Amino acid sequence: MTTANVTRSIDARGMPCPGPLMSLIGAIRENEIGAVIEVLSSDEGSRTDIPAWISKAGHELVEVVEEGDFARFVVRKAR
Amino acid sequence: MSSVPARVVVLGGGVGGTLVANLLDKELGREGRVTVIDPTGMHHYQPGYLYVALGQANGRWLVRDERTLLRRSVDLVVEKAIRIHPHAGTVQLERGGSLEWDHLVIATGARLVHDQVPGLVEGSHGFYSLEDAQRLREALRRFRGGRILVGIAGIPYKCPPAPVEFVFMVEEYLRRRGIRDRSEVTLLSPLNRAFTIESASKVVQPIMEQRGIGLTTFFNVEEVDPGAGTVSSLEGEKAEYDLLVLVPPHRGQQVVMDSGLGDAAGWLPTDRHTLQVEGQDRIFAMGDATNLPISKSGSTAHFEAPVVASRIASLIRGTAPKTNYGGKVMCFLETGNRAATILRFDYEHPPAPPQPNLLWHSAKWMFNRLYWETVPQGRMPENVPLPIPTGRSEA
Repeated sequence: MTTANVTRSIDARGMPCPGPLMSLIGAIRENEIGAVIEVLSSDEGSRTDIPAWISKAGHELVEVVEEGDFARFVVRKAR
Repeated sequence: MSSVPARVVVLGGGVGGTLVANLLDKELGREGRVTVIDPTGMHHYQPGYLYVALGQANGRWLVRDERTLLRRSVDLVVEKAIRIHPHAGTVQLERGGSLEWDHLVIATGARLVHDQVPGLVEGSHGFYSLEDAQRLREALRRFRGGRILVGIAGIPYKCPPAPVEFVFMVEEYLRRRGIRDRSEVTLLSPLNRAFTIESASKVVQPIMEQRGIGLTTFFNVEEVDPGAGTVSSLEGEKAEYDLLVLVPPHRGQQVVMDSGLGDAAGWLPTDRHTLQVEGQDRIFAMGDATNLPISKSGSTAHFEAPVVASRIASLIRGTAPKTNYGGKVMCFLETGNRAATILRFDYEHPPAPPQPNLLWHSAKWMFNRLYWETVPQGRMPENVPLPIPTGRSEA
């Protein structure tokens, strides 16, 4: 399971848009290439914003797991 | 009721600190002694910096002596606070003194950290301080055409509408100067839209398009190369500029960080309803200093102040607290051509901004003029009568 290798986990549940995405961007800035960052978000907008940003920024969206009232985004810093 | 007045210390003489001190002093009378500590003793009306940058206002209008804004019975200490000791109930001052408090309000605002972005100081302009706004005004006067890029070098930042207002207003400024056809104006947004709030983006983006203002999305400023005249993003893009205007990164104040009360960026973990600093029953935080997921703006502090004042008064009197903060914020957003819209929202209700019009532009100017005589003293009514139905949206 991917979550076993997570370098940094961010619990952004309850945070409105764009909080979860900006928390992810902050973590990407702070971590090394290859780091795996997990973001938990209950904000609907994250479901489109986070994958769109990852694609633009050239990182890898490892998985998106629906957990009921929130989603878990697992991202690998690729560059 | 205790015969010894309760000691309330307010750190910071901005919108929030000044208003909460005046409200508490009025409410408590002889039951309390309120002291404001501010490092400069000068109060800035920060929304005015935008107008200074565009040559529409001078700096003198924007700064007043804090003493003139406080009730006579409020004490003012003009000195830098360097350490808060929550258990001892003291604030240590730079010149060696110390003040004791029973209740503390931290309204220290945000700190601009220009040097966090390589090349930002040498290669860009800004309008987030009076000095920066005055320097930008001169740079704009010398500007004869070319590419103007406006970007944001970190979230959160104060007054989220300001960069969007700036692109609209600078576009109008270029038209007035007759150099619009020789110029490009582009907003570099850290998000996939022009503004943090989606409903507001839906209102402003079509207007940007009509005016020929460019929008580059997902551009989180990483580095400026002043020699090459380029700015690069975390996402791996590079853009060329002739004039670069950036919102510098923001952090919480050093005194908060040095006192071990802030998070990694220096923001105070704050209860979103009671405005108490987490784990500190006698310490309240407000305005830009908190970690709350709402706008860092004078408006936020304005609406938080009555809640903080009321809750401290209840604590002093041993009565049940009467009010909670519901996340209320109200901001104008200028769109140039003598039009503005208004954003009103709280924790539960996102804004539904109306189409920009002359009415809200006039309301913003009226607010600018009335500020000094109303807001710091608590004379601005919380619920200003609205000439159009709330919740109406053209978005």
